Amino acid sequence: MGEPTEPSKAISLQKIYEKMLELLLKICGSIAVVATLGVLYVLASKTLAFFNQVPLAAFFLDTRWTPLFESKRFGIWALVSGSLLITTIAMLTAAPLGILSSIYLSEFAKPTMRKILKPVLEILAGIPTVVYGYFALTIITPGLMRIIPHLKGFNAISPGLVMGFMLVPTISSLCEDALFKTPKELKEAAYSLGARKLSTIFMVILPYARSTMIAALFLAFARAMGETMIVSIAAGLKPNFTIDAREPVQTMTSYIVQVSMGDTPQQSIEYLTIFAVGSMLFILTFTFNATSRIILNGRSRVHR
Amino acid sequence: MSTLLRMFSTSALLIMGSLSSCTCSKMPGSLRIDGSSTVYVISEAIAEEYKNTKQKNVSIGISGTGGGFKKLCTDRVDIIGASRSISQSEKELCQNHKVDYIELPIAYDGIVVVVNKENHWIDEIAVSRLKQIFEPAAENKVLRWNEIDPAWPDRPFEIFAPGISSGTYDYFTKAIVGKEHSSRGDMTTSEDDNVLVHGISSTLDSLGFFSFAYYWENQDKLKALGIIDDTRNEKRPVAVMPSRESIHTQEYSPLSRLIFLYTKKDLSAEASDFVRFYLKNSSKLVADVGFIPLSHHVQQRALAMITSK
Repeated sequence: MGEPTEPSKAISLQKIYEKMLELLLKICGSIAVVATLGVLYVLASKTLAFFNQVPLAAFFLDTRWTPLFESKRFGIWALVSGSLLITTIAMLTAAPLGILSSIYLSEFAKPTMRKILKPVLEILAGIPTVVYGYFALTIITPGLMRIIPHLKGFNAISPGLVMGFMLVPTISSLCEDALFKTPKELKEAAYSLGARKLSTIFMVILPYARSTMIAALFLAFARAMGETMIVSIAAGLKPNFTIDAREPVQTMTSYIVQVSMGDTPQQSIEYLTIFAVGSMLFILTFTFNATSRIILNGRSRVHR
Repeated sequence: MSTLLRMFSTSALLIMGSLSSCTCSKMPGSLRIDGSSTVYVISEAIAEEYKNTKQKNVSIGISGTGGGFKKLCTDRVDIIGASRSISQSEKELCQNHKVDYIELPIAYDGIVVVVNKENHWIDEIAVSRLKQIFEPAAENKVLRWNEIDPAWPDRPFEIFAPGISSGTYDYFTKAIVGKEHSSRGDMTTSEDDNVLVHGISSTLDSLGFFSFAYYWENQDKLKALGIIDDTRNEKRPVAVMPSRESIHTQEYSPLSRLIFLYTKKDLSAEASDFVRFYLKNSSKLVADVGFIPLSHHVQQRALAMITSK
């Protein structure tokens, strides 16, 4: 009888099919690793070429950045300070707004309100960053100039604030998911002990969701550091070692864009600077992410 | 199984598609100009006119005059705008790549030194003072108005300048500082002149320079300074305001200049048709966008160069 052989054939076909699918998935999974390694290799090799020509001290012990001009200075801190200044302003705006709106959405908003507010909030994340950039330059900056004395036409405050608004949905939607998932038993236990709504939120729900919320903040921070378009348009293009947010600044990302958009000859020192700046950006975000991981792991071990 | 096959074939198709799209960067039948952001203003007007009369699209890129020459000399583009004439090193680059080119003057232009509209303490400035502000030695030293002139306010100022690959930057540094490509580095630079216009018009304590055409377009937001050319050993040099007349007569010195189109010598029929159209119509259109037309015989000579080949 041919019947018993039929299913076994089907099984072996099925097996091959599964093996191939597994292989395909493996390739997909490893693409990210290969790409990261490739990027790292290019960054590292070009950065080495850069430091063959520029001593480390000129890079780390100077505060002036003018590699495109006649008197070349390579003080990276002029760009790092710009990035950190704008990121700080963005996080000071985004963190409270994001966290508070997530608390409102998950604990206070009525279902209909939630249904309207959540997608509206998420639209913010879908607006192209060019639009945010010109919004900052043409609407927010002139408005702020009426309030803040001596504010320059290009400054750190305006793109920082706008970037903060852009990051609100990143923080709020992640936090809101975490808050929403707090087990009912925990909340009810709190209520049964006589806790009010606010104290339940601050004593029970927020601590429970804390690690996810911190992770959301770190994610927003990394996005702010890497954000390019808003700062290129509205922050000015002048490397400036300052903490005065009314002044024009240049971030690491907007410097990279400025140089790579023009026609700088390859292998020239001007061209190599963008890889050195890129490495610096990578190292900063990487250390930041790594420390946050370590802190989070340490905390969760203590609490559980 | 069939789904898997389909997946493979679609991805193969996708890869093939993306490969073939990479090879057509220099498509036949597509007209492209690159180069100076100053000349861009004219090219844009001409391209629009060309589209209206001949129904053909021209794409215009901006990479600065220096960037444009690099592309022309490495045979990546056939026509570029240039806000200065070709430099020695660029000539060599063209020779090395065996690219023959033609230089076609299209208009006169001036570089205008501008300040904020509300600035009431400067009306004119001498070349020697401009040098004092822009030379490399001024970097991190000359930062406040009263360091240039004690009568000016005791406040720091911002400088807005065209990007380092622009011909305007090259020309200005040569005319003012005395050496091409030599200036201070602590200023806001951008290849996009609109950024400079925005910066100066929104910052009271600011100073900058760019092409006359951008000033002409934004006169209501900016104030141009008269230039006193004290480098020519005249007893009493007078300030000359930038205007169409003073630029045309070269009286507005040393910041008047010619701007050019550079093309490859062996252009396609389509491209040379466009360049002829460009030259014939430029005298009409350059004035509309704020430049100063060439005198008739110079224009005829340029036209002869492109038709005689």
